[in-house]
Amino acid sequence: MLYFIEQCLNGVQLGMLLFLLAAGLTLIFGIMDLVNLAHGSLYMLGAYFAATFADLTGSFILGAVLALIASAIAGMALEVIAIRPLYGRNHLDHVLGTFGLILFFNELVRLIWGPAGLTLSLPSEMLVAVQIVPGLYYPLYRLVIILVALAVAALLYIVVMRTRLGMLIRAGASNREMVGALGINIKLLYTLVFGLGAALAGFAGLMQAPILTVQIGMGENILILAFVVIVIGGIGSIRGAFVASLIVGLIDTLGRAFLPDLLRAVLSTNAALTLAPALSSMSIYMLMAAILVIRPEGLFPAASR
Amino acid sequence: MKAAREFAGRFIPASWLNPRGYLTAAMLAGLALVPAYVVATGDSFALTLFTRVLILALAAVSLNLIMGYGGMVSFGHAAYLGVGGYAVGILWREGVTSGFVQWPVAVAISALFALVVGALSLRTRGVYFIMITLAFAQMVYYVAQGLDRYGGDDGLTIGNRSSFSGLIDINNNTLFYYLCFALLLGGVYLVSRLVNSRFGLVIQGSRSNERRMRALGFATFRYRLVCFVIAGALCGLAGALLANHTNFISPAIMYWTRSGDLMVMVILGGLGSLFGPVIGAVTYLLLEEALSRVTEYSGLVIGPALLLVAIYLRGGIEGLLAGGRRD
Repeated sequence: MLYFIEQCLNGVQLGMLLFLLAAGLTLIFGIMDLVNLAHGSLYMLGAYFAATFADLTGSFILGAVLALIASAIAGMALEVIAIRPLYGRNHLDHVLGTFGLILFFNELVRLIWGPAGLTLSLPSEMLVAVQIVPGLYYPLYRLVIILVALAVAALLYIVVMRTRLGMLIRAGASNREMVGALGINIKLLYTLVFGLGAALAGFAGLMQAPILTVQIGMGENILILAFVVIVIGGIGSIRGAFVASLIVGLIDTLGRAFLPDLLRAVLSTNAALTLAPALSSMSIYMLMAAILVIRPEGLFPAASR
Repeated sequence: MKAAREFAGRFIPASWLNPRGYLTAAMLAGLALVPAYVVATGDSFALTLFTRVLILALAAVSLNLIMGYGGMVSFGHAAYLGVGGYAVGILWREGVTSGFVQWPVAVAISALFALVVGALSLRTRGVYFIMITLAFAQMVYYVAQGLDRYGGDDGLTIGNRSSFSGLIDINNNTLFYYLCFALLLGGVYLVSRLVNSRFGLVIQGSRSNERRMRALGFATFRYRLVCFVIAGALCGLAGALLANHTNFISPAIMYWTRSGDLMVMVILGGLGSLFGPVIGAVTYLLLEEALSRVTEYSGLVIGPALLLVAIYLRGGIEGLLAGGRRD
């Protein structure tokens, strides 16, 4: 039972990381209609920036803040230089162009930081375990990730639902032509949204850096998960991204944790051992395939076009 | 020049006598002469490189059938390379070494897989179709990783190439090269016959406006599914060739970035043109190879180059030569 709670927490933590990534991705896709494969590269840059700045300043927090700012700036610069010409083009051009950006960033990171990854170590205060329920100790840092990500989600909610910028974002996700026709500086809005998405991605990258990895190509694996999340949740919908990322995080983690045992109860040990890893990796893709067949627009579709 | 063209026009269709045609002819001639070059210079690496180019060009041709002509952007096409390759690998591992069994099985299983994927995916459109094909490819990738008996993540070394009991010995690299070349030309011919038939017209019409095609009474889903299966089967053949070429198969061939590579080759060469994917495959792979000799950081050049192609070169290289956007 305690193990189940622990795995649930792990699932929520993965879900929250995915949400940070997926929120930016779904915003960019919903508002600018841009398939941004390079989002994973922004995630990678966030982690690398954090590792470098933390090293330079000696403080994890300061490094994180600087990395966040740097990610946002990098994102906005990328938007102005490389992304702008792609607006309005068909998705295939987006795929080709942003695929090229992935190659470029992987190589750039290799040039600047070398082929071996970096490490980002936590301050010693974080390296403790807290007792959540009697008998269950959970790493403090993972709890921090969950709480901080929830705070960011709340902040995002306030910005999107209660500010003028948020109103423009929601309007753009519903009907971007109308927003432009109403005299809003669409170019600036797009740059800001892209910067916001980049900041969120970089934030996800730097948050998971101490526990997972900082290496070239780290964005590619999680990018697919993020796309699965936004497809399940509904493109352009942050609420959908939130719910879907929790679902995906929980299914993936719980699947990997409990599916082998479940299978062993039903099948022979050998068959279970062979099938289990494959099935648990496949579980979220099967979910996405099911959603696409049953309800293609996602769980909480944003746009009505 | 004009007189020469008029003279040639009596033997060759006029539509071939333009810059695109010349480039294509030159490229095909060059490809045909690679073994001669290898014999002359002793550079056997060139043979290996160009065999790979031919095999991936065949895969690109199959992708172009559904993507360029059919408008079905499959982001999981590399899965068929893996399915075909693993069919050969698994059969070899289980003692079946005859190419007469391995290759048809590879094609058949790829076709079956394409049937399942297509039946589910073709209910969706646009970016959802892209995502679902991606998902299916990832699923196969993970399944292959879990196949411990056949190498799992490390891959499976295939000790012997397929044997055709005396008909052709593909252990001879030159013979194998020409076999791949012949199969590539066969694949292009197959696509050209398909596309210029009534079937192909329905497919292309479905790409433009599916509702209109349905209103005209065509069961577009079935047509597109058949097209999808043919493309999958053709790519499965390419997978079987690849497994023989490298004597090795691993899940990595199915990772989504490899599907991205295939898409790049098709788009680069020009969507919806017969030899476009071949041009794209040759260009992309040779560029990759040439750059890796010049610099250690080839991605710094290829990446922005792809971006520039996406922004400025509408219609890919073929489109550039034809002068403007081809739709």
